[in-house]
Amino acid sequence: MEYFLQLLLGGLTRGSIYALIALGYTMVYGIIELINFAHGEIYMIGAFTALIMSSVLTLYGFNEVSIIVLSSLIALIYSSAYGFTVEKIAYKPLRGAPRLSPLISAIGMSIFLQNYVLLAQTSDFLPFPTLIPEFNFMKNYEHVFGSTELVIVVTTVLVMILLTILIKFTKIGRAMRATAQDKKMAMLVGINVNKIISVTFIIGSVMAAIGGILIASHIGQINFYIGFIAGIKAFTAAVLGGIGSIPGAVLGGFVLGWTESFATGYVSSDYEDVFAFALLVLILIFRPEGILGKSSSQKV
Amino acid sequence: MRTILEINKLSMDFGGLRALDNFDLKMNEGEIVALIGPNGAGKTTLFNCATGIYAPSGGDIFLSPEPDRKIRINSLKPNIITGKGMIRTFQNIRLFPNMTVLENVMIGRHCRTSSGILGAILRNDSTRKEESGIVDHSYKILEKIGLNHFVSELARNLPYGAQKKLEIARALATEPFLLLLDEPAAGLNARETKELDTLIAQIRDEEKISILLIEHDMKLVMSISDRIVVMDYGRKIAEGPPDEIRINPVVIKAYLGEEFVA
Amino acid sequence: MLNVSEMKKSLLVSIWFMFLTFPIMVIRVNPIEKIVEWRWGNMFLVGIGSFILSFIWRYFIRQKESGLKKVEMGEKIIPFFEKLRSGDSIYLRSLCMTLSCAAAVFPFVFSTYQTTIMTTVLMYVVLGLGLNIVVGLAGLLDLGYVAFYAVGAYSYALLNYHFGLGFWTVLPLGAVLGAFFGILLGFPVLRLRGDYLAIVTLGFGEIIRLVLENWNEFSFGPSGIANIPRPSFLGIQFSLQQATVYQYFLTIGLALCTIFVVNRLQDSRIGRAWIALREDETACQAMGVDKVRTKLRAFALGATWAGMVGVMFAAKTTFINPASFTFIESALILSIVVLGGMGSVPGVVIGACILILLPEYLRAFTEFRMLLFGAILVLMMVFRPQGIISNVRRTYELKGVPGRTLRD
Repeated sequence: MEYFLQLLLGGLTRGSIYALIALGYTMVYGIIELINFAHGEIYMIGAFTALIMSSVLTLYGFNEVSIIVLSSLIALIYSSAYGFTVEKIAYKPLRGAPRLSPLISAIGMSIFLQNYVLLAQTSDFLPFPTLIPEFNFMKNYEHVFGSTELVIVVTTVLVMILLTILIKFTKIGRAMRATAQDKKMAMLVGINVNKIISVTFIIGSVMAAIGGILIASHIGQINFYIGFIAGIKAFTAAVLGGIGSIPGAVLGGFVLGWTESFATGYVSSDYEDVFAFALLVLILIFRPEGILGKSSSQKV
Repeated sequence: MRTILEINKLSMDFGGLRALDNFDLKMNEGEIVALIGPNGAGKTTLFNCATGIYAPSGGDIFLSPEPDRKIRINSLKPNIITGKGMIRTFQNIRLFPNMTVLENVMIGRHCRTSSGILGAILRNDSTRKEESGIVDHSYKILEKIGLNHFVSELARNLPYGAQKKLEIARALATEPFLLLLDEPAAGLNARETKELDTLIAQIRDEEKISILLIEHDMKLVMSISDRIVVMDYGRKIAEGPPDEIRINPVVIKAYLGEEFVA
Repeated sequence: MLNVSEMKKSLLVSIWFMFLTFPIMVIRVNPIEKIVEWRWGNMFLVGIGSFILSFIWRYFIRQKESGLKKVEMGEKIIPFFEKLRSGDSIYLRSLCMTLSCAAAVFPFVFSTYQTTIMTTVLMYVVLGLGLNIVVGLAGLLDLGYVAFYAVGAYSYALLNYHFGLGFWTVLPLGAVLGAFFGILLGFPVLRLRGDYLAIVTLGFGEIIRLVLENWNEFSFGPSGIANIPRPSFLGIQFSLQQATVYQYFLTIGLALCTIFVVNRLQDSRIGRAWIALREDETACQAMGVDKVRTKLRAFALGATWAGMVGVMFAAKTTFINPASFTFIESALILSIVVLGGMGSVPGVVIGACILILLPEYLRAFTEFRMLLFGAILVLMMVFRPQGIISNVRRTYELKGVPGRTLRD
């Protein structure tokens, strides 16, 4: 029973991270119908920036709280700057090009960013500092659910709530929804579509970076390659829930997290990644519109 | 005269929106029928259901290529329906832009030919024969339509009017007995519309192909159609020969609003 | 062009990139020894580099836009390759002659090492042409192409290890197995939209690699399989040097065969259906082309070549392990196709030469190889999506109608 609980909560933690990254995929897809392959790399760059900044700040003798706050904040700023720039370089010039073009460009961007970090930093795994403090009240539950896990789940829930408010109730959220529905019409009613697309990339990148920092402090080490696998898995989560749907991405994230957690716990841990990919293939074959997605018919 | 297309109580729902509502239509051999109605009346949806692009929510569609055969085509794939002899053009031109004009038409021959990978690699006698048959047949169609001076041009470099014609040529290459035209005159100038008028009549008279067309150009509709079907809100609101439709109060109301009905 | 506003733009770009790359390029931490290394020189380089590049970038963007306008105005832009083709065919023919002579004497003039490199290039030519069928002609983005390559390599290694089957027996088997796996994967996923296909094939490629890595009883895990025999000729075993030359000619043979087949397929009923499907799926289906079946054919055929090259690869290196079949490999093959020109046979040949030979001979590039591939994919898509040599559609000679009346 305790093992089961451990797997359940482990899946919840994993799922939260997937959900955070999946949101970026889903939002970008919702607006420009593109799988942003470079999204996983934004998450990786977020984690790297946090690692670098916290090391620098530690060395200059900042106190613990300011290290956490400052390095996370800088990481968020940087990853959104990367997200913004990636869109401007690799996707914006390709609006209106055949569907294959931005997809190939996205793959190229992903490979480029991976190797940029590899060359400028290192190919080794770097130990990630424990940014998240240990809470005393969690001591008794540590064997199943630690402080880090708690912070991950709580942060995810908070971010989701904020995002929902942003999209449902703010002017920019309304503009985003309008752009996702019909770019031309949105433009006609005076929405600056380019700006909205940039904002979408920035919001997606911020969430990816939050995911990156959280998972890095959970696992304790990072390298340039973490974004690639996490990216595919988060995409799986987005598809699982129904791409383009925000609650779908969250649901998909949790379903994937649990699937992985239980499969590795009860079946075999060697094939951890295989389960995720197999789930992706199965969902695409049997329910390509995802759990919450509506089956869309193409416009003719 | 025998019925070649029979649509019974056809319905199509998009979420809560009912684009087609118990729609009935019959087409006889050799007829030119025009489908008119305000924008959003469900005309193109009808085409999409009939050609297998959408699966209708209810009702039946029957196609009868030969006197004693009647096939239910509701859930067949688009390519199968084309194989049975019903073909359509698209409202917003959908050619293969980076293929030549001739190749565009040659694609239409795909469903009437059969050579496979092995034939393509070996290029044996039968494949070569089939291939030259495809080229000849396609070229003849282009000649008839009047596009033969464009054969080697890429489809995307063609002027708009020629692109519209090429859509029809490509459709004819599939050897249909029933041709569905989705707004063939949209965007054409007066001279081109006149040409189209002749072309449609020619297709019916010389090729023995029946035609169902969606069109907003009333002059064209009135001059070529044997029968007009008027749609509104996914339903049929009137049907009859052009002269009747012209004075039908229901139709005038649907088009111009209440106050115009005398 | 070098006016103030342009300078200002570039200056802003350069400042932006200096800011952007600051943490990653400038700071390097060593968390174990707690040392921070500041590399201000890098910031300087990024600043200068992005300042210059932004000029070049804007110049090409303007070029591209004016090119688009020209097309809209009805002006024709005749691609370089077509100029070559429509020009005197003697040039083309003599070029081909020179190339084939050079290829024939190459192994006897240059060292074994050089011959091995050329063999590698030729293998990538074949892989590129195979993927070109899938991506270039049929427009299906296959990111797991390397999986079929792995299937070929492992089928030779394993069939040889367990049953002692020789190279010539396994070569066709590898092709068949490649095609089989192509259909196995293709059948369920080809109904999907294009972008889903990309990610599923990516996942499939990873699954194959992970299985090979973890299923020790089957594939001997990460340690791989060694002592795979080189190809023999009528039972004669060669010395290492002879075997290299023999392999070189075998690969040339395969490459020529592939070029021949792809050329014929392009202008066949099936080839046209692939291109039409790439251009407009809905219209293509409405014109009577069976979508799934046509895609499946492209997928299986592409996988066939990968399977065959896989067998050759195993025979060439005599040792294989899962590390040879990572996503990087798929990305490399895709870069070859994209750089050379999607759908264009000579393009793929040139693409393979550039991307394999450049890192090989310019050692400085080796380190930046992957960075380069990524950049190539993005830049080609932005500035020249048709590749170095764009695919030219065939024109047909018709009775009484000269094939290219309108081109002149």
